[in-house]
Amino acid sequence: MNLALSDEQEFLRDAAKGALARFKTVEAAREALEDPSRLPDLWSTVVEAGWTGLLISEERGGAGLEAFDAMLVLEECGKVLAPTPLLGLLPASYLLDRGGDEACRAVADGEARPTLVAARPPGDLEGGWTVEAASGLARAEAPRIAADGSVTGSAAWVLDAPQATHFVVVGTDQAGNGAASVVEASAATVQDATRYDATRALGHVSFDGAPGRRLDVDDGQLAAAWYLGQALLGAESLGTVQTCLTMSVQYAKERFTFGRAIGSYQSIKHEITEVLRKQENARSLAFYAGWAGQDKPEEFGLAASAFRSSAGHALDFASRSNINVHGGIGATWEHDAPLFFRRAQLNRRLLGGAHDATDRIAGELFAAQAAAAA
Amino acid sequence: MDLNDTPEQAAFRTNVRSWLEDNKADAPAASGDSGDTAWIDSRRAWQDKLAEAGLAGLTWPKEFGGQGLGPIEQVIVNQEIASAHVPGILDVIGIGMLGPCIIAHGTDEQKSRYLGPMLHGDEVWCQLFSEPAAGSDLAAVQTRAIENEDGSYAITGQKVWTTNAQFSSYGLILARTSPDKHKHKGLTMFIVPMEGEGITIRGLRQISGEAEFNEVFFDDFVVPAENVVGGVDNGWGTALTVLMYERLTIGLGSEGFGYRSDRFAEAVGQDEAAKSDPEVRQRLGDLAAELLAVRFTSYRTLTALSKGQIPGPESGLAKVTTVNAAIAAGELIADVVGPEALDEDSEWAYMISFLPGLKSAGGTEAILRNTIGERVLGLPPEPRLDKGIPFSELRAKEKEAVSA
Ligand SMILES: Cc1cc2nc3c(=O)[nH]c(=O)nc-3n(C[C@H](O)[C@H](O)[C@H](O)COP(=O)(O)OP(=O)(O)OC[C@H]3O[C@@H](n4cnc5c(N)ncnc54)[C@H](O)[C@@H]3O)c2cc1C
Repeated sequence: MNLALSDEQEFLRDAAKGALARFKTVEAAREALEDPSRLPDLWSTVVEAGWTGLLISEERGGAGLEAFDAMLVLEECGKVLAPTPLLGLLPASYLLDRGGDEACRAVADGEARPTLVAARPPGDLEGGWTVEAASGLARAEAPRIAADGSVTGSAAWVLDAPQATHFVVVGTDQAGNGAASVVEASAATVQDATRYDATRALGHVSFDGAPGRRLDVDDGQLAAAWYLGQALLGAESLGTVQTCLTMSVQYAKERFTFGRAIGSYQSIKHEITEVLRKQENARSLAFYAGWAGQDKPEEFGLAASAFRSSAGHALDFASRSNINVHGGIGATWEHDAPLFFRRAQLNRRLLGGAHDATDRIAGELFAAQAAAAA
Repeated sequence: MDLNDTPEQAAFRTNVRSWLEDNKADAPAASGDSGDTAWIDSRRAWQDKLAEAGLAGLTWPKEFGGQGLGPIEQVIVNQEIASAHVPGILDVIGIGMLGPCIIAHGTDEQKSRYLGPMLHGDEVWCQLFSEPAAGSDLAAVQTRAIENEDGSYAITGQKVWTTNAQFSSYGLILARTSPDKHKHKGLTMFIVPMEGEGITIRGLRQISGEAEFNEVFFDDFVVPAENVVGGVDNGWGTALTVLMYERLTIGLGSEGFGYRSDRFAEAVGQDEAAKSDPEVRQRLGDLAAELLAVRFTSYRTLTALSKGQIPGPESGLAKVTTVNAAIAAGELIADVVGPEALDEDSEWAYMISFLPGLKSAGGTEAILRNTIGERVLGLPPEPRLDKGIPFSELRAKEKEAVSA
């Protein structure tokens, strides 16, 4: 029984913190709301740090690390709202690697910048593979992938779509089974959808018989790519929660009303402790997701969904609570709190939405029960 | 990150499992009424058997009959006992909290007299801390211990919510020896036998209708000076040791209560309509995530303990999470099943009735949040009106405030 980070993992985390500290990412997040060109370009940092190849095996030019290692990096990104493409890139690189694709080395070297067009795997209630719809509660059918690899269909709110060089599209083949294909960005139509949170590059993508290269991956690996996305989004959210908590605690010690620091009032103290409780629960589930990713693949779906759901709730709560604790100033652009709130608002609705991850927990538990009974 | 047993732990687990396999035919029913003497006696006998086999008091030092092992081995035993569907030890309070306090603060005579019978279930123990006017504010206990001329002490006062007092042989009691000192300074811990002249134990029924805890009245109940644990007027420090072990016992033991996501999901999943109801699924998903988190929180706690570190804030808040998630599970299951879930013979009625009290037991949610907010996050404490005043004057002030 040992959940401690290894020396290598601590190094990876500290190196990520150090690399990101060279940029004023939070300040840039505010400026970019008015002028997107003010965002620092972190791409070369991401490449130099070796993050593009984190999940690509060593024989294909990567570092051959595990989901948990990637989560450590995303957590650091989340702390400072760093605009990196990793949420879309890492799950894409995972599928490229599992499919033994020729592009792996170029991805690891930073010559290609793929992103995942993520499709949610079938659950205990719905049979098909689905993607984000542009609006509404219903999900959209995943793109169709022909035997020759060409892709037809569309998906909304695709992470890093505006800057990606390749799309790793998860969809269905003629028989309705899961399939994946690699499509060059120039063969797709991309509509920039970066809005409420300027640090989060998004796009609506459509393919009209776009030529692509089929990836030799099975349904389990396709599902794992979805859950990897959930785990990475959870990790990034967990990082953002920590910054909100630090800001709240600091202000609660400094701000005085009626002759007392506001942190001495129980309504403030207990609200902040609730952030801590939610944060620590999410952290515990990060270990679960990381451990399952590595040693218990049959539980990865449950663990990653639980982590995403819990970290999502934590961030929803923390970003609002941070504004409450700060009073009026917390609701203005004078302060950083709104930037974290914007991030939280968007995170909650990406990759299926937090409620969908919560639903998946129930689905996975019921499925495990049915499997045990069979 | 590795959740696998080391080769030694795996061998240990195998031994525990095969012992349980060989002996579980002798185990009593896992649940019963705490007023049923025959059942309690069978639980004592089972604890004795576990102790003989080295499956009780794992973390106690060998010289006191324990196994000198770590918290991980304790958790392995808990897990194996749970999966064998047999009850564990009867005296969780004694072995988990009061024994360790005696080991830390007791005299050699106390250790050799009391620890063995405690371990084997021959003498069950209870925790005589709370009083009608001292629960959260434990240092406000009013039970007096007055020194007699021969050096013995006469104890007078009332304790309440004393779990297991009805079949305990001994208790650790927190009493006031010096009312003229400040609240935290004039307290002393004593060992008291639970029978004799001047002690009355009265069952207190809980929501379920069972009386698992009691009121205990002391009226000039005499104990010898050798029963003091940890020094006269040092009782607060001694009590803190018990409270520390209490948090640890609760923190690492929640799965032992059966508060597990898979168990709750199974109950909900027996209803086909519930399985596809979006609201049921959200509620189940949320509470399952909380309970899965608690499981990994306990692994984090074990990781810290096995490295000789103090567990982080996550362990203090695990109780809040566990209790609230279990309450949510009880609500959900009863919503799905309907009123039948509340019938006495339902699997869920006891849990549903027990949980509101568990919110208070071992520290209320508000108190835990105060403690964590102040100790872990460093938030400023609330202003207090009880600092720097002798306890005797403080009581007078409180009375004034109420009558004003
Ligand atoms: C099932 C069960 C078993 C128990 N077993 C034992 C046992 O074996 N031995 C034993 O000694 N005791 C036992 N207890 C007692 C338990 O420790 C106390 O109930 C608990 O500490 C709360 O104290 P109280 O009941 O006096 O509530 P109070 O302290 O009166 O609290 C009442 C309410 O006020 C709130 N409150 C109090 N102070 C503050 C504050 N500073 N800030 C904010 N809110 C505050 C509390 O959170 C609570 O909601 C048991 C209780 C239960 C329910």
